[in-house]
Amino acid sequence: MAEVQIKNYTLNFGPQHPAAHGVLRMVMELDGEVVERIDPHIGLLHRGTEKLIEHKTYMQAMPYFDRLDYVAAMSQEHAFVLAAEKLLGCEVPERGQYIRVLFSEISRILNHIMNVCAQAMDVGATTPMLWAFVERETLMEFYERASGARMHAAYFRVGGVHQDISEKLEDDIRTFIEHFPAVLDDVEALLTENRIFKQRNVDIGIVSEEEAMGWGFSGVMLRSTGLAWDLRKAQPYDVYAKMDFDIPVGLNGDCFDRYLMRMEEMRQSMRIMTQCLDQMKPGPVLSTDPKVAPPRRSEMKTSMEALINHFKHYTEGVKVPAGETYTAVEAPKGEFGVYLVSDGSNKPYRCKIRAPGFAHLQGMDFLTKGHMLADASAILGSLDIVFGEVDR
Amino acid sequence: MAEFWDIYLLPALIIVGQILLIVVPLLVAVAYLTLYERKVMAVMQLRKGPNVVGPFGLLQPLADGAKLFFKETVVPTGANKILFLLAPMVTFILSLIAWAVIPFDEGWVLADINVGGLYLFAISSLGVYGIIVAGWASNSRYPFLGALRSAAQMVSYEVSIGFVIVTVLLCAGTLNLSGIVESQKGDLGLLNWWFIPLFPMFIIFFISILAETNRHPFDLPEAEAELVAGYQTEYSSMAFALFFLGEYANMILMSGICTVLFLGGWLPPADWAIFTWIPGIIWFGIKIAILLFVFIWVRATLPRYRYDQLMRLGWKVFLPFSLLWVVLTAGFLVYFDMVPA
Repeated sequence: MAEVQIKNYTLNFGPQHPAAHGVLRMVMELDGEVVERIDPHIGLLHRGTEKLIEHKTYMQAMPYFDRLDYVAAMSQEHAFVLAAEKLLGCEVPERGQYIRVLFSEISRILNHIMNVCAQAMDVGATTPMLWAFVERETLMEFYERASGARMHAAYFRVGGVHQDISEKLEDDIRTFIEHFPAVLDDVEALLTENRIFKQRNVDIGIVSEEEAMGWGFSGVMLRSTGLAWDLRKAQPYDVYAKMDFDIPVGLNGDCFDRYLMRMEEMRQSMRIMTQCLDQMKPGPVLSTDPKVAPPRRSEMKTSMEALINHFKHYTEGVKVPAGETYTAVEAPKGEFGVYLVSDGSNKPYRCKIRAPGFAHLQGMDFLTKGHMLADASAILGSLDIVFGEVDR
Repeated sequence: MAEFWDIYLLPALIIVGQILLIVVPLLVAVAYLTLYERKVMAVMQLRKGPNVVGPFGLLQPLADGAKLFFKETVVPTGANKILFLLAPMVTFILSLIAWAVIPFDEGWVLADINVGGLYLFAISSLGVYGIIVAGWASNSRYPFLGALRSAAQMVSYEVSIGFVIVTVLLCAGTLNLSGIVESQKGDLGLLNWWFIPLFPMFIIFFISILAETNRHPFDLPEAEAELVAGYQTEYSSMAFALFFLGEYANMILMSGICTVLFLGGWLPPADWAIFTWIPGIIWFGIKIAILLFVFIWVRATLPRYRYDQLMRLGWKVFLPFSLLWVVLTAGFLVYFDMVPA
């Protein structure tokens, strides 16, 4: 009998696929139901953010960061303003720092709600998504009340934040912190001890510490291997040094660990938020240095100098001393870094963005090898991919 | 002429009338099952569900139906056109013809045949053809994988369903479905129904019919996160609607079979006057509605099994267990001389 060549079944997963988390396209090679190889294709949401930023003043460049990981917009803004502040060498008023940390943690909860529920949805549980999204909407309302926009906030500024938050908003955030744990408990009741959920996630997509380091993983993906590396602790920025919180780490590096860690991180975020609200004192939220931040609107009504200064800020922008910096924050997805080069003009010479999702997506192939097709979507869910930041 | 009328035409007309009496309310029930599902899921998920079309969204199923009816039927270029269009019809028709032997009330049955149980088993086994033909004829990757999964799944769970039915018929002593209901009649009311003495089998049967109808947590053939819509991916318009109707009609059918086998069919839960005033068909309907509620409840609660886990549950848990239970039941009946005449 002639020898028959058996070909693997090639499946095009996405970009139009309900579990593709945006516009991911993966070419899968299947042996029956078992995944032999996965080739993720990126670039379908590429917008040339980095190049565009080179032609914008620092203030104009900032809103692009909302549009990277649009699930947790303010975390990216945080990285950029920290980088610019480092080049400028400016001080941020304390209240501004607290508000930034507060909203970074709100962003973390926003992100983790989305991710945990999407992961649940990827393994077939629809209800957590709908339960938790009620709360997510509340958080987006906080965004809106602080910045005026529920998603693309553009709230952080070089030197602080744009506007102060009201006392009512602080109270409402406290109310949220009080009742949100109950919602988390409800979601956990549906998932954590659920046998099917465990069967679908335990020992799926295991990452070892070496692999995680080698592939440049960060955030939850790295900590799931047991390595307690969190930039908020390792190199604290803003007021994180004053905060008391724990870093959950995993034991096995599988999808289930990552799910549990994200649930715990949300609880830790609430701790940080409470501390921020307790420690916050009234005061300026934006740097009062006229070289760094535009004047307050009330000043402009009476002071000619302020008016001119404002005009300069919104036309020419801030001139940043020549230099370069790599500044990273612990975004919900991992280490989000901005490599900023300034040539002394009002526009960045180069702005390289290090997106955690990009590194994680590279792991798709070795994570899924030998697993079944259904596990591929569970793993993809636990990687926490948002295409805004992968493609940039 | 009179002879022809008496012998052929009149009985034929009566049967057609009876069929319409079953099929039309059934299709209405299917339409409203979709609304029932959406409403129940909505409440569980803290939503409102359909509430715009008609009062409480009561006209939603009609709107959905009209929408599907007016859509274009797209046949993919590489598809086998005949089989592609035949598959939804097969699924739909099979889900309807099984109702011929289901007793709605005492004597309310289209074909009171003695092998009703076998007939049902045969029809539900044929159901897999619609799906596998659809997956193959679509000539597309996702439907093909979906069809393979579905074929494997339905075949596996049918085996344990078969053993469950065997247990019940051992106890009832008949394959006639009306007879099985009658065998559950007694002074104790609902304590006489087979789900009490055969409780483990009732659970196995219910889980197996979830798998048989491709419902959560066994909805792998159409697992959204993996296979888009499984074997239905390439279908649109009425062809899709037929699949949809067939699937939901199958859910009602399986709940009906479960009611007949385990929950005493049309019998009231106790022989009290208030209960016996209510007609049997209402009791039958209530029991089906309760089972369907559990179908929906499960869907809102559980994640989905993986293919290999599903197979393991079917072959390594349910099959040995139901087989053992058949032997135990038979042994028990013979030993205590309780075999029904």
